[in-house]
Amino acid sequence: MTQQSGTAVLSTEATADALLVATGISKSFGNVRALQDVSVWLPRGQITALIGDNGAGKSTLVRVLSGVHPADEGSLTFDGSPVRFASPEDARTAGIETVHQNLALIDDLTVWQNLFLNRELVRGFGPLSFLDRKRMQEQAEKMLSRLSVNVPPIRSKVRRLSGGQRQAVAISRAAGWGSKLVIMDEPTAALGVQETARVEELVKGLRADGMTVLLISHNFDQVMRLADQVWVMRAGRLAAGRRTQDTDGEELVGLVTGAITS
Amino acid sequence: MAEAVAVGADRESLGGRLRDIGFWADWAAVIGLVALVIVFGLASPSFLTLGNIQAMLVSAAILIVLAVGQTFVIATSGIDLSIASIMTFGAVVLGLLYAAGWPILLACLVGVVAAGLAGVINGTLVAKGRIPDFVVTLGMFSAASGAALILSDGKPTQVVDGFLLALASGSVGPFGYFIVVAAVVVVVAHVALFHTRFGVHVLATGGNAEGARAMGIRTGRVRLAVYLISGVLAGVGAILLVSRVGAAEPAINTTYLLNAIAAVVLGGVSLQGGRGNILGPVVGALLLTALTNGLTLLGISQYYQPLAVGVVVVMAALLMRYQR
Ligand SMILES: Nc1ncnc2c1ncn2[C@@H]1O[C@H](COP(=O)(O)OP(=O)(O)OP(=O)(O)O)[C@@H](O)[C@H]1O
Ligand SMILES: [Mg+2]
Repeated sequence: MTQQSGTAVLSTEATADALLVATGISKSFGNVRALQDVSVWLPRGQITALIGDNGAGKSTLVRVLSGVHPADEGSLTFDGSPVRFASPEDARTAGIETVHQNLALIDDLTVWQNLFLNRELVRGFGPLSFLDRKRMQEQAEKMLSRLSVNVPPIRSKVRRLSGGQRQAVAISRAAGWGSKLVIMDEPTAALGVQETARVEELVKGLRADGMTVLLISHNFDQVMRLADQVWVMRAGRLAAGRRTQDTDGEELVGLVTGAITS
Repeated sequence: MAEAVAVGADRESLGGRLRDIGFWADWAAVIGLVALVIVFGLASPSFLTLGNIQAMLVSAAILIVLAVGQTFVIATSGIDLSIASIMTFGAVVLGLLYAAGWPILLACLVGVVAAGLAGVINGTLVAKGRIPDFVVTLGMFSAASGAALILSDGKPTQVVDGFLLALASGSVGPFGYFIVVAAVVVVVAHVALFHTRFGVHVLATGGNAEGARAMGIRTGRVRLAVYLISGVLAGVGAILLVSRVGAAEPAINTTYLLNAIAAVVLGGVSLQGGRGNILGPVVGALLLTALTNGLTLLGISQYYQPLAVGVVVVMAALLMRYQR
């Protein structure tokens, strides 16, 4: 290991109270080896950033953690017990909510329907359960008001929203369920200055509420502002890990490009 | 200046809406139906008689039931080309069991179950086999008609039974039982699509299957379910058909297939999926039935009917492009 002077390398050996531990994760799509032997862990109640160039494998790792793609190899431990997510529903049930890079919104459904997608509130029993539209619409207002500068009308179809409003809906959806881990894949990519500031406040708010956050971002200033620790990926492999207090933007750039190793 | 804006806004709300082509597109089926009723009503004195209206509703009932099933499939961005063949298959099963001495209600039930099973085969191949809907149901179109021909040896089976006769001729007030059956199907389908979790998941699967899956919706199960619904409703259609004809005929009936799809398109349901609506296809089915009925009353050769249906459907599809 060629350790830079003045920096503390973060071990892939998880601390005892880590919320999520991923060990030796590999994933291929045909000939493309998107992830090779990636091991990372997320400290409970903190914000962890995941950075890396385009195509480094960040979103693929997110999809493994959120149950969209099962990993080819490797294992996951969540909240102290080994888990195997066969579907996104398994991950959501375990307490992991995700803002996917493509947002996973349904354009022809309304804002409130998207916020409650697969978490619909119903009245009645068994086959005679009917959607409780009123209650969902009321709660949707609350879920959105935490975030948006420019609150999208909850009854309008998502298709009609601006890029930033769409992102706000996806983020509110992930943040609204009081889950243990919120994963955000480039949540501020389409946002303006004010909206980005709001999202950053929200992320800090989640941490203050005791939630754990995994944040994927290309904005190193943002990473330095928000995160407690950082994992760097390069070409499908884990390149390095740092506590943010032990690093700076310049070193992160070096780690991402490969100018600095480990 | 402020005045000009106010006047402009006023105009927008009155004349503007009529000049907005989107308004016409949203209401295409209803406007088409009203226009047909006016034209045929003026052209033929018998068109708007109570007797003819009742006859039209009865003959629309089977089409409505099929169109509702088709709507669920199309809302998931699929298509069921086998719906009319499955109806024929269900009818033949019903007829043969009845001829073999089974009680009529049991024969009807098994006919519906057989049609439902054909739907399950469609759904399984689409969801698990990942074969395109078009290919799977084109195969089932052939297979179900073939099975109907093999089972019946190509011959119609007489089904003369009190229950089915009553179904065809009885009524509640002015509404024949056929209309009552269709109305129940429509109401249940509307509630299922707009007031249950299942309905939301159908629309989500059709609108963005990848996104729906990422939120934990089991899109494979949803696809299976809509083909099951389509099959079961084809079975219900089979009961109505046998009751109306008095026999189970193995003949392939492509008119029902094409009209069921046409009714859905006329009803403003996008073939790309993600959007659904039950009342639209019902109006579409009524429109197609009124068209055929009116042309017949005017003594126009029935050879012109498919042509007229084709023109109406394509015109509606053109208008639909402006939907808001
Ligand atoms: N479903 C898929 N099928 C085939 N290849 C895939 C698939 N998903 C990802 N890949 C490939 O895996 C590699 C990693 O992609 P990934 O989306 O994880 O990168 P990323 O780090 O999120 O990049 P970006 O910063 O651009 O979002 C890329 O080479 C990509 O082409
Ligand atoms: Mg990505």
